[in-house]
Amino acid sequence: MVLAQITAATIFVVMLMLIVWDKIERHYVTIGCGVLTLALVFGLCMKDASAIVHTLNLHSFVSPSFWYSAGEGGEVASGINWETIVFIAGMMIMVEGMALSGFFRWLCMQIAKMVRYKTIPIFITFMIISAVLSMFIDSITVILFLAAVTVELAQLLKFNPIPMILAEIFCANLGGSATMCGDPPNIIIGTSLGYSFTDFLTNTGVMAGISLIVVIVYFYFCFRKQLVSKNTSAAESGNYPDPKTAIISKKRFILSWVIFLLAVVLLVTHASTGLTVSSIGIIITVITLLTAGKEILTILKKVDYKTLLFFIGLFMVVGGLEETGVLEVVANYIGIISGGNAFIMVAIILWGSAIASAFVDNIPFAATMIPVINALSGTPGIDIDTLAWTLSMGTDIGGSATPIGASANVVGTSVAAKEGYPVSWGRYCKPLVPATILVLAISTAYIFLVYL
Amino acid sequence: MEKQLIISVGREFGSGGHVIAEALAKHYSLPLYDYNLLHEIAAHKNVDGNELLKYDEVPRNIFLHRNVKGHSNSPAVQIAEMQFDYLRKMAESGASFVVVGRCAEEILKGNPNLISIFVLGDPEVKIQRIMELHNITKEAAAQMIRYKDRKRKTYHNFYCSVKWGDSRNYDICINSSRLGLEETAHELIDYINKRIAMM
Repeated sequence: MVLAQITAATIFVVMLMLIVWDKIERHYVTIGCGVLTLALVFGLCMKDASAIVHTLNLHSFVSPSFWYSAGEGGEVASGINWETIVFIAGMMIMVEGMALSGFFRWLCMQIAKMVRYKTIPIFITFMIISAVLSMFIDSITVILFLAAVTVELAQLLKFNPIPMILAEIFCANLGGSATMCGDPPNIIIGTSLGYSFTDFLTNTGVMAGISLIVVIVYFYFCFRKQLVSKNTSAAESGNYPDPKTAIISKKRFILSWVIFLLAVVLLVTHASTGLTVSSIGIIITVITLLTAGKEILTILKKVDYKTLLFFIGLFMVVGGLEETGVLEVVANYIGIISGGNAFIMVAIILWGSAIASAFVDNIPFAATMIPVINALSGTPGIDIDTLAWTLSMGTDIGGSATPIGASANVVGTSVAAKEGYPVSWGRYCKPLVPATILVLAISTAYIFLVYL
Repeated sequence: MEKQLIISVGREFGSGGHVIAEALAKHYSLPLYDYNLLHEIAAHKNVDGNELLKYDEVPRNIFLHRNVKGHSNSPAVQIAEMQFDYLRKMAESGASFVVVGRCAEEILKGNPNLISIFVLGDPEVKIQRIMELHNITKEAAAQMIRYKDRKRKTYHNFYCSVKWGDSRNYDICINSSRLGLEETAHELIDYINKRIAMM
């Protein structure tokens, strides 16, 4: 078993190194390492076919609980988390349909129009819209459109878009932490541990809500001097782009709104309707494709299959660590360091996962930590729920600290740089590291006061 | 000039490649693009060119860099791509120009009117030239050359399939220490004239 453990851990470390190296596309890395896990760890070292079957987890598709959950929840899933993959695929298809209609650009332009194209109100409303949209839609898409419109408005109103884009990135990650579908780590945590949308909203959602108010004030004082518009002539002349011009197809636009609102309703009510997130993913996919008409192929082609493969490979590698008991060793180690003290344990998980997520992709980290927190939940005075919310806040918020911590950060800084506003590490970290520490401190205090 | 002519000049630090490129641009009355390309791009985008210059021909840091769906957080990568796109567009528009560095020999590969040159030099001659130009010691000059060439090599090799300075990647490689900068430029003009006649 020791050989299997060493092999599984080595494959995991090599996978992380190859992801950081960034020369080979990350889905090839995880799939390759996943196949190696099946062959070397389960096949050669353990000679255990059942571990392969367990990790591939294909039987989950025929399980009724995959599609409908009557509220029993709580069962810890392991191996490839197909529920996460089906849901993410569904949301990707919905978002592609929305993007084709001009939905996001229209929304951003409409908000700017509502606040009469005044820089500070745009700054505040864009932070809020970034957080709210990211609660339901992946933060990459949110930032892709928000940052592009921000640059457009910045050129028109003659202000520096970088502070606004940085604040939007932070708020997108913060908004993502509020719900089960906001950020991939939350989807994995939610589907693995059987939580509902409401469970997240009433726990991480509260922490994110409090933090959002604080960071809006923080960013306002941080950036207010940099956001002064130098172009009053544009403001006076009223020469602004009409939001209606953003709508590519009116029919698609209305359908996008309907499908988006349906997805929100299904997600908010899924604990009472019993529909699992995989069912919601399938429903949204079917409706989007049925209403897509001629665009059906365009939408399907735009789906990010690489990310889905990345997830599948990642779950296989983490499955190797799980089956060989490596993650139990990690859990025991955390237990020893904390001396069984719940406060120390929470602090280690929250701040440890935040620091790790600031430098390594938070998705592998969250997937790896779920079995660890599950093992730790046996400690007296600490339950799995507390650790789950701790892990969620740590991984989601920690990713905001550096330009490489989360996908939204990379996309946001990339959009800015492409338009001639490069963002260096120093420029990024100076305002966002204190903001990250601020939110982590709020989360620590909240968890200590409410859950322990 | 009726026919399109694009001359790309890769160079070792201290070899005088830039001076030779200037001479070629002057001889053929062509615009010379080096870091000033970024000022042109900045003017086009209505942004501050000095902000972009900080990342000109800078290699990306592997540990501080991440790619997501074709987006990179590295300003160095973004600025490089920006220059590559600009060069491609200029080449496609039929413009003639001389470009120094910027992986132009690879970026514009396939353009029938491209003449790619790499200028190298003997270490002692390069050191002497850098000592005089920057008024520094021999050791400092040698160190500067090592540092600059390593940077150029890392930058080039990240974006290109063929290694920096590999003779198979250029139409002509020339050691400027043999004939001196002026004569090297003349030799290159002879070569370019023959190529133009064949275009």
